[in-house]
Amino acid sequence: MTTRPRIAVVDYGAGNLVSIDQALTTVGADVALVRDGEALRGADAVIVPGVGAAEPAMVRLKSRGLIDPIHAWLAADRPFLGICLGLQLLFDGSDEDGAITLGVVPGRTVQIEHAPSLPHIGWNQVERTRAHPLFEGIADGADFYFVHSYVGVPDAVASGVILATTDHGGPFASALARGSLVGVQFHPERSGPDGLRLLANFVNLVRAA
Amino acid sequence: MLRRRVIPCLDVADGRVVKGTRFVDLVDEGDPPELAERYANEGADELVFLDISAAPERRGTLLEIVERTARRAFIPLTVGGGVRSVSEMGAVLRAGADKVSLNSAAVADPNLIVRCAARFGRQAVVVAIDARARATGDWEVIVKGGREATGLDAVTWAIRAVDLGAGELLVTSIDRDGTGSGFDTDLLRAITSRVRVPVIASGGAAGPDDFVAAVRDGGADAVLAASIFHRRIHAIADVKATMAAAGLPIRLVPQVVA
Repeated sequence: MTTRPRIAVVDYGAGNLVSIDQALTTVGADVALVRDGEALRGADAVIVPGVGAAEPAMVRLKSRGLIDPIHAWLAADRPFLGICLGLQLLFDGSDEDGAITLGVVPGRTVQIEHAPSLPHIGWNQVERTRAHPLFEGIADGADFYFVHSYVGVPDAVASGVILATTDHGGPFASALARGSLVGVQFHPERSGPDGLRLLANFVNLVRAA
Repeated sequence: MLRRRVIPCLDVADGRVVKGTRFVDLVDEGDPPELAERYANEGADELVFLDISAAPERRGTLLEIVERTARRAFIPLTVGGGVRSVSEMGAVLRAGADKVSLNSAAVADPNLIVRCAARFGRQAVVVAIDARARATGDWEVIVKGGREATGLDAVTWAIRAVDLGAGELLVTSIDRDGTGSGFDTDLLRAITSRVRVPVIASGGAAGPDDFVAAVRDGGADAVLAASIFHRRIHAIADVKATMAAAGLPIRLVPQVVA
């Protein structure tokens, strides 16, 4: 029998956590919604979801004592998935409101340039730039659901982290990976069968870690 | 490339899906989460729930339906109807919605858009505009489920709503709603040519060609319909096939996971 890894989903304010909880449970994980650093103990992986602006998110993470435990988790290269805002927070800072963010990936969060529509809302194609087990069994160019106006842009020295790009008036990094850290700008929990497959692949990576 | 979305709308009253003509003569059409799952499997790109009972004492029923739906359909869900405050919007998002649409409450208190966008991000704030053609060739905003005229010009209100923080607009032609006479592409074009946020076309879908017209002639990013899907007059796959044949970018209907 396959084990069910324990995945800590960071709950740092309002927003829909029902979908990510249900999606992870469906693909074979046990989910714990965590609201403080202590609750990360005993977890096999951490997921930071979220939508919205960076500064209020950083304030809430700080007030719940989650910044240092997340830093320590990432420094130890333990399994981590950032979704949407959870990916953007990995960079040094955000142009959206000037927030200083986690600084784990060199680069900044900026508004999508030359976007024909903004926010970028809807299904768009995710084109791989290199192979990675996160996308195993998913066609290159498959559609995933996006809802955002800002994107994380890795510095040139860190451009090797990019796993996939998406085009909305120009290409942006829609997935990245470095060691046990992965991040996606789209919402796999809202992206139908391919989204569930991606989360199942992440759960498999957690099992193998 | 960003896909044009096809969005089934579920009008919900007292926990059931209903559909009327021009907002009246309601007919029961099923269980919301069950219909939502069917549509997700058939290739819906997103779902909209409009709570048209929207009485405060029904709020608990709505939240329970939203959560059951979010646990069955892994596609985005927008919920509207009767949301009047930041805390009510928060409750709907926590129950499993990705976006909330504001309508009458935003007209009465435009600053509500500002407060909701500041708290949840503008991408979570949809402003729904019900518009009725005037003899003068423009459109007037109608609120309270089609019952109350406001005197507001619909295009002016659309632009203001976006300035205040709306991340998306849901534009319904009350004249066309439930009539099957096609979308009001003039209304749509008047708005899409003036705003940068995505616009969802609503009201009047009869067949797949109407979806093509809403995008090509109206400039809509997404197209919403209710009765033609509930009554199985057209399948989502047929609508998408017609849109694809017309050269519009669409997401192909995925294989259902066993």
